[in-house]
Amino acid sequence: MTEIDWSKPRLLARGIRKSFDDRVILDSVDLEVYPGQIVALIGSSGSGKSTLLRCLNLIEEINDGQIWLEGEDISAPGVDQDRIRQEVGLVFQSYNLFAHLSILDNITLALRHVQGKSKAEAEEIALQWLGRIGLADKAQSFPDKLSGGQQQRTAIVRAVALNPKLLLLDEVTSALDPELVGEVLDLIKDLKQSGTTIVMATHELSFARDVADWVIFLDKGLIAEEGEAAEFFRNPKQPRTKEFLARLTAR
Amino acid sequence: MTSTANDYQPSEVELARRAFRLERKRKSTWIAIASTLGFAVIVGFGLVSTPGWSRVTESFFNVEIGIEAFPRIIEGLWLNIRVLFFTSISVVIVGMLFALLRTLRNPVFFPLRLFAHGYVDFFRGLPLIITLYLVGFGIPGLRLEWLGRIPVEVLGTVALTLTYSAYVSEVFRAGIESIHPSQRLAARSLGLSYGKSMRLVVLPQAIRRVAPPLMNDFVALQKDVGLISVLGAIDAVRGAQIEVAKYANFTPYILSGILFVLLAIPTVRFTDRISRKLAQREQTGSAL
Ligand SMILES: Nc1ncnc2c1ncn2[C@@H]1O[C@H](COP(=O)(O)OP(=O)(O)OP(=O)(O)O)[C@@H](O)[C@H]1O
Ligand SMILES: [Mg+2]
Repeated sequence: MTEIDWSKPRLLARGIRKSFDDRVILDSVDLEVYPGQIVALIGSSGSGKSTLLRCLNLIEEINDGQIWLEGEDISAPGVDQDRIRQEVGLVFQSYNLFAHLSILDNITLALRHVQGKSKAEAEEIALQWLGRIGLADKAQSFPDKLSGGQQQRTAIVRAVALNPKLLLLDEVTSALDPELVGEVLDLIKDLKQSGTTIVMATHELSFARDVADWVIFLDKGLIAEEGEAAEFFRNPKQPRTKEFLARLTAR
Repeated sequence: MTSTANDYQPSEVELARRAFRLERKRKSTWIAIASTLGFAVIVGFGLVSTPGWSRVTESFFNVEIGIEAFPRIIEGLWLNIRVLFFTSISVVIVGMLFALLRTLRNPVFFPLRLFAHGYVDFFRGLPLIITLYLVGFGIPGLRLEWLGRIPVEVLGTVALTLTYSAYVSEVFRAGIESIHPSQRLAARSLGLSYGKSMRLVVLPQAIRRVAPPLMNDFVALQKDVGLISVLGAIDAVRGAQIEVAKYANFTPYILSGILFVLLAIPTVRFTDRISRKLAQREQTGSAL
């Protein structure tokens, strides 16, 4: 594991505010993510987890606050958003893969057309990643011929292959059958081992407890509670957190 | 792949089922042939026994006149095919351009979007024949010296393009909008620019999806190229008209009609095939 440099956060967000038609979705959210960390975002449906991740990837425009990536203010008006999005990968719950492209071409698309790598070079990188997740023999298959778990792993690998500074995962397991969730979570664990910095919205509380370094509980657009993972789950302080955890673990 | 696949023998029950299905299929083929023949005989007999039948055959299906008129009609058809070729290309380009203009969301492009909207509404509503008259007689009427004398087939191509690109742009736009927004977002979140996301991710999927309606418009265009005859272009229809006047016999019309139908058949079959293939793909696609 890489040493965490506590003096320099990979991502720093201060006072993020986002509203849709006067409805405040995120209200002054602060966030710090250090290199090599996994930060888990938890919270009930509609609490703003996806919105926060989309703001960090600049797909959604924030209404106030600032975001820095390795010290660069990426929320500044003149910043090249396409360049930032290469550095901050985002994987959604579903419909990630391009249906008209083979698995291999899905991964090489941005390597070639964004990073300008040659076809051969991009395919070498892609095959390496596919080998790592055991899908090398599916390189020529189309997404609809893969299981949901295989599709999601491909989508994650497609983002990681660009070597982003930060990877955002938005409930990447929640559209999957229970028996497929494990293989995707294993990949995330594997990425953590090799030092990828990740912010993930998730409903998998036991995974958050075991693998995440930091847990943030969002409630109605506010950070209700946050803390170091083990401590957060062992000893939640806020009544709202306790209630949320009790509700989810009771299921 | 599996070793047991080689040792597999269908069970008695399965063999009986297959034999039954084969027998049933054979039977339905015979029934289809018999009923088609019966139907043809009834219709044929019904026609032949009408009082005017011999007069109709004489003036609509006269083989000698058909042979006489054939060269001129074929020459005209060649003009239709050339007009069809150039019109198809310009329709795809102009149609795509207007479809893309209408998907732009940036307020800066509002005037362009408005123009595209107006264009599409106008030329979808305007009867093709009026567009042909307006372009065919209006543009030369402007007496623009630098343009020189424009051949009628070029004017016809312009008019057909105006009408058909309005329809085709709507087809393209529907295709673009049918692609799940996540696909565009996924492309953008990989750092692809708006243009590249469109070109590499959205359009290839959209075009695949709208291929059947697009081919349908192509079939319609194939016969509508015959309308350039109203501008005086000597195409298959106009050629037939000349021959009709010469022999006072309608056979040349029938002949050119048959040629247009023959021209359309391959496209129609091709459209059916790709539609079926696409439908199959959609069905096997998983939920994710
Ligand atoms: N584009 C939008 N326009 C209007 N409202 C939106 C938009 N996107 C999200 N919202 C609203 O913002 C709120 C937060 O949504 P968000 O998707 O961030 O929640 P979430 O925590 O990710 O929920 P879930 O666990 O169900 O994914 C919701 O009430 C949603 O209706
Ligand atoms: Mg969400």
